[in-house]
Amino acid sequence: MSKKSNKKLHIICLAVFTVLLCAAVWLLGRITEPKYMSGVLEGAMTQEYYNEENSHDVIFVGDCEVYENFSPVTMWEEHGITSYIRGSAQQLIWQSYYLLEEVFERESPKVVVYNVQSMKYDAPQSEAYNRMTLDGMPLSKHKLDAIKASMTENEDMISYLIPFLRYHSRWSELTDEDFEYAFRRDSVTIAGYLMRADVEPMTKLPTAPVLDDYTIGDTCWEYLDKMQKLCDANGATLILIKSPSLWPHWYDQWDEQISDYAAEHGLDYINLLDVSDDIGIDMQTDTYDAGLHLNIYGAEKLSRYFADILAGRYGVPDRSEDETIAADWENKCNAYYELLAAQNAELEEYGYLKSWTLGDEK
Amino acid sequence: MEEILDILNGLGLDADFEHCTTLIDDGILESLDIVTIIAELSDAFDITIPARDIVPENFNSAEAMLNMVNRLLDE
Amino acid sequence: MLFTSYGFIAFLAVLFVLYYLIPKRFQWLLLLAADIVFYACAGWKGLCFMAATVVVSWAATNLMGASLAKQKSFLKSDEGKTLERAERKAYKKQCEKHRKVIFVLALVADLGILAALKYTNFLITNVNALFSADIAAVDWVLPLGISFYTFQTVSYVIDVYWEKVEPEKNILRVALFTSFFPLLIQGPISRFGDLKDTLFAEHKADFKQISFGLQRILWGYFKKLVIADRLLAAVTALCGDPLTYTGAYVFIGAVLYAAELYADFTGGIDITIGVAQVLGIKVKENFIRPYFSRNIAEYWRRWHISMGTWFKDYIFYPLSVAPWLLKLSKSARKKISDGFGRKLSVYVSTIVTWFLTGLWHGAAWNFVVWGLLNAFFILLAEEFKPVSQRFRAKHERLVSGFGYRVFETLRTFLLMCSLRVLDCYRDVAVSFRALGTVFTDFNWGEVFSGALLQLGLTSADYLIAAVGVVIMFAVSCIQEKHGSVREVLWEKPVLCYAVFFVLAVAVLTFGAYGVGYDATQFIYNQF
Repeated sequence: MSKKSNKKLHIICLAVFTVLLCAAVWLLGRITEPKYMSGVLEGAMTQEYYNEENSHDVIFVGDCEVYENFSPVTMWEEHGITSYIRGSAQQLIWQSYYLLEEVFERESPKVVVYNVQSMKYDAPQSEAYNRMTLDGMPLSKHKLDAIKASMTENEDMISYLIPFLRYHSRWSELTDEDFEYAFRRDSVTIAGYLMRADVEPMTKLPTAPVLDDYTIGDTCWEYLDKMQKLCDANGATLILIKSPSLWPHWYDQWDEQISDYAAEHGLDYINLLDVSDDIGIDMQTDTYDAGLHLNIYGAEKLSRYFADILAGRYGVPDRSEDETIAADWENKCNAYYELLAAQNAELEEYGYLKSWTLGDEK
Repeated sequence: MEEILDILNGLGLDADFEHCTTLIDDGILESLDIVTIIAELSDAFDITIPARDIVPENFNSAEAMLNMVNRLLDE
Repeated sequence: MLFTSYGFIAFLAVLFVLYYLIPKRFQWLLLLAADIVFYACAGWKGLCFMAATVVVSWAATNLMGASLAKQKSFLKSDEGKTLERAERKAYKKQCEKHRKVIFVLALVADLGILAALKYTNFLITNVNALFSADIAAVDWVLPLGISFYTFQTVSYVIDVYWEKVEPEKNILRVALFTSFFPLLIQGPISRFGDLKDTLFAEHKADFKQISFGLQRILWGYFKKLVIADRLLAAVTALCGDPLTYTGAYVFIGAVLYAAELYADFTGGIDITIGVAQVLGIKVKENFIRPYFSRNIAEYWRRWHISMGTWFKDYIFYPLSVAPWLLKLSKSARKKISDGFGRKLSVYVSTIVTWFLTGLWHGAAWNFVVWGLLNAFFILLAEEFKPVSQRFRAKHERLVSGFGYRVFETLRTFLLMCSLRVLDCYRDVAVSFRALGTVFTDFNWGEVFSGALLQLGLTSADYLIAAVGVVIMFAVSCIQEKHGSVREVLWEKPVLCYAVFFVLAVAVLTFGAYGVGYDATQFIYNQF
């Protein structure tokens, strides 16, 4: 082979090599990325939002205290309210903020509900939770900002952009699920609500530990401020709530700071813990893990109560007359009751939720 | 030259000092051998071989060693 | 900046592109700037120590150079004129003495920094133990790569003193030679004479050289990330608990450590030399398949070559020709016996050289004992040379056979593994006790009934590591037979890129990197 043609061949091979390597890294990333289709479903929630076809009048942001405790289907059934929960496990306030930025780019909700539970965290907490919240976002400036704000000390931006760099070590634990869902995902929520139909009554609450410092951090206030400005700029009303979960403990000191802030900035802050009895929550039947999260029965009670507030105090419109929207929500309702039936069937068969949890934790 | 060859052959090393010109380059002499040779040469000719002269070029052949010894005797 | 960090990869990418974009006469200056960035990432304090070393060696070498030039020009101008031969000699002596003073001062300064920072605590611990004193240990941070750049600088100062190389007038070039970042972390400890023509030269982008460099970097990452860092967990677990892991575990630990250390160190050197090659800079090899050595002396000519030759050229030879030692051996020849006196200088030089080699590896007794044991076995082999030569002469057929070669290679390998135990356990008594149990505790059954899976490695991990080691071994065999594997592949582009595609995917998939893997530093970093 002559030297020149050898060089030409080298360059062609190099080009093919580069393209194939990029393709391989992309494909392997798809395969090794955790799918969260069984067991830990929380990781699949962020990306489900992008499948929504119609817009929503109410958007919830926050951690498990929104996606486990509020049921959009119930609010639809009560007052024809269209809502979506952009929740994720241990969602931190800056993540809520950037998810909201993204929301406002796609639609114009009238009300934004933020659950203040996450105000207790002023710094990035855990790589795993970051991943579950952020990996589902499509690449955008919002995503990059959210990553920057969320990274713990030994994380790298690059491994968010090229997931294979993060998940390559899963090569030895891949299952059929990883291949099956490499290019598509099933829904795990209904309009962001992660259903749990099992019951574990609250027995005794642990005593709340005494903290060294009850001051809510500066970063949180900064993002709360940004969140309010973002809502203002987009003509939406921001409502702060505290979900009626009994644990982790919500300290009075925190509550006071939030109340003061809300009063000062003209925000509404509704502490639903205070009205648990009005809502009718019974921690013997309405929680699936002894008081941390509500189950579907608790969530429906809370949603009915809150739907009244949204419709009454904030004038969120009834959309049940709109045909396209009604058709969409009818599908959602059907899915909701099918899921409930399936969960009840499993509860009957195994005594616990086999397909929606990591297994028999009890 | 004779004298040098006598000394070298008297050391019982496994090397062809008469003809080989790559004693170091081909790894025939190891560092321990070189030090032994240096000690013998210094003793026989009453010279001090400074460390700076311990370079392959000076030890690759018997002739090179002879040149080095002559130069050092001259100084 | 670790070689295995994303930051380092990005740093390289930017450097490589800039390097070939800027005017070629500025290339070496860009390298210097890159060194400073690289070094500053490890802390500015280290940068100060390095700057001190650079200034000292630059000033000393130039003063020596000026003195030599003055001497030469004076003697030349006086050729055949007024001065007698004796006077000329005396003048020369005087100049030499002047240079010697500068030389010694420079050495004291350069080595003093290293000694003070690296060995103060070792000294304090030993003084405390000896005199039951209670001196508090110091908390000095060892600047990155200080052992390596100090040795490199010292070799330069000595070479100038010995008039082997001309002193470099430009201090920035001395700085680049001292701080060239690929060499900083684990060598090779390069000589000024070898680097000056390639380091400061202008380099045109050469497709083949750049490809070879990148290929070599990839190969280095394979060894480091797929093999070494994977085995690290098992080795750490085994060495961390010498009371539980005795007998067969010690043996397995030593063999795993041999694989890990080799993959780690040679992988790092592959990255080093590969990076230099992409930049068009030729760096001398540091390893020539050392585990194929047939005796311990050969092993040390093939393992960490740059360190071996450094100690040989700058400690062993100078010591063995030191007048006091020659005098001592002369008198021993007369007074004790001819044979003993003749060997005395070799013995003393060997032992001292290995003592220092041990100490260089770490400020601890286990390294010193390790060094001395190396000396012991090298000298033992030397003592038995006549016997072995007779044996070889008698059994020529046996000795030239493949089986005997394998026997010798295996013997050397196992001996080096045993010595390395001192490096694993970092404690002399523990090491010897552990090594002893290999011959007393026959727990092989227990080891292979699943105990190896308790060390932090799954069976899949062992499989990957084993495949990796087999690949390394195969590559070494090809190199031993045909020379460069990259040259062979270069002639077959399709195969070449297919091979490196598989290698790249293997590194990305099986490499121990990213979150979930601790950033394991190259083992040689700390030395």
